[in-house]
Amino acid sequence: MKSHVALMAALSVALVGPAAAQTKDANAEFEKFRAEMEESSPAELFEARGEELWKAKRGPNKVSLAESCDLGQGLGNVEGAYVRTPRYFADADAVMDIERRLVWCMVEKQGFKFEDIAKKPFQGANDNNAPDITNLVTYVASGSRNMKFDMPLHDAKVRDAFETGKAMAAYRAGPYDFSCNTCHGTDGKRIRMQNLPNLATSEGAIRGVQGWPGYRMTGGVMLTSQWRMNDCFRQQRFPEPKYASQAVTNLIAYMTGNANGQLYKGPGIKR
Amino acid sequence: MKTLAMISGVAAAVALLAGCAGGPSRSDAEYRQLALDTIKRDFQAKGQAKYDRLTADEVQQACNAHANNPPADLVLKLTGAQFAGIKLPADNSYLGDWKEGEKIAQSGRGFTWSDKATDPAGGNCYNCHQIGPQESSFGTLGPSLLGYGKTRGNSPEMQKYTYSKIYNSKAFNLCSEMPRFGHAGALNETQIKHLVALLLDPASPVNK
Ligand code: HEC
Ligand code: HEC
Repeated sequence: MKSHVALMAALSVALVGPAAAQTKDANAEFEKFRAEMEESSPAELFEARGEELWKAKRGPNKVSLAESCDLGQGLGNVEGAYVRTPRYFADADAVMDIERRLVWCMVEKQGFKFEDIAKKPFQGANDNNAPDITNLVTYVASGSRNMKFDMPLHDAKVRDAFETGKAMAAYRAGPYDFSCNTCHGTDGKRIRMQNLPNLATSEGAIRGVQGWPGYRMTGGVMLTSQWRMNDCFRQQRFPEPKYASQAVTNLIAYMTGNANGQLYKGPGIKR
Repeated sequence: MKTLAMISGVAAAVALLAGCAGGPSRSDAEYRQLALDTIKRDFQAKGQAKYDRLTADEVQQACNAHANNPPADLVLKLTGAQFAGIKLPADNSYLGDWKEGEKIAQSGRGFTWSDKATDPAGGNCYNCHQIGPQESSFGTLGPSLLGYGKTRGNSPEMQKYTYSKIYNSKAFNLCSEMPRFGHAGALNETQIKHLVALLLDPASPVNK
């Protein structure tokens, strides 16, 4: 485990070197490496922390999520929850992705303050540890390893989130006139050497959701789909989507819906 | 009569199918409005990326409303207005220094909430285009510009076109995916001239 992390750190230095060094060889090298790493994924560390957090009595209300949080598969059950979200939760009267739902449970059941969670929801390059919420998402995602995406698109409310997400992905604005589709709307495109999945297709959408939450070699941090959406809006030159908002859920619903029926391999490794 | 019954039968079947399969319950336009409402509600300013960036201007609006394919009369009107807004260099010279142009083309900096507003923006050109032969890390969202001046020539008209295209891509192709660098205030006159030189100067590696 430890030696793997060291190896990853070395390789990430090699990969994020001068832009010119990011050649096709580096891409192939990374793919080979990722395949080798898959069996002893560094994400396991975060899964283990997340499991402890899930089971611990925490927050002002001193209750555990395991005894109070329903992720859509029955109270306390994490199995299959990740691949079956976003879904509609009647108690919150909202369609939620897994991260948003976990935040909801932390606030409503454990009594945490939303503002405290939202203050720093993603691990930064200089942070030694991932935030609790990232560990929790990673744990819950591990409960769907090797299951097929099965977001309940037949539910009218989920369908609305999907269609709204689709329209959001096409919305151009800002100083550069970008939308998600500028970069992710056509097959086989690249920004520099980075391949861009076409999120409108089922092959592209699965690439968009596979491997998240993921251990990112750039910086050696654990990050979720919520982070990926946030950082792409940054690249889009947009203002920031509020953390755990409906806007982000809609985009995750759009991608997950298009990826429905395909195998989720669990938390992974990202460049 | 029979055909009418058949048609309404088909319509009912389609409606039923949509209902059962959980198809979209609203029109595209309604979802576009929902998307806009959601974006306006769920975003916040960060760094230099202020909230007003969410509001689409008339070009963006036309492209958004028509899936990047607005009707011809609207295209004509809006490309005309974009073209009229292009500020050409007062000295009527277009070729700067291609070496400076290469640096600008390489830089992807600018306009994100993590960029300092006071730092000059780069051109992002290599993010989307192949340009110089020495750079193998290039994007493919735009066409390759390798050999651009060699094949297109270095006439005054080409210089003017290339300057104008970089200044405002939408003056030529309303829903182009390429940013409007001059119009947006991302690149100034001097910077655009350097880029024109990178693409057109016979001495530039692009044309060797
Ligand atoms: C300016 C270009 C640009 C825009 C606009 C953009 N992205 Fe991205 N996106 C990227 C790049 C570059 C990557 C990184 C690819 C890599 O790491 O190989 C990426 C990665 C992703 C990924 C992860 C892909 C993977 O392999 O794991 C997803 C999902 C994604 N983007 C979704 C979106 C969504 C949704 C939007 C709109 C909110 C968006 N992007 C807007 C450039 C963009
Ligand atoms: C987000 C991607 C993107 C970026 C960034 C970008 N372009 Fe483009 N560019 C395109 C696309 C797509 C086209 C083709 C469609 C069109 O003509 O509008 C294009 C077309 C062009 C053309 C016209 C080519 C011809 O055959 O007439 C020129 C010249 C050009 N780009 C130069 C540049 C320069 C210089 C930069 C950097 C300042 C740049 N582009 C940045 C996407 C981009």
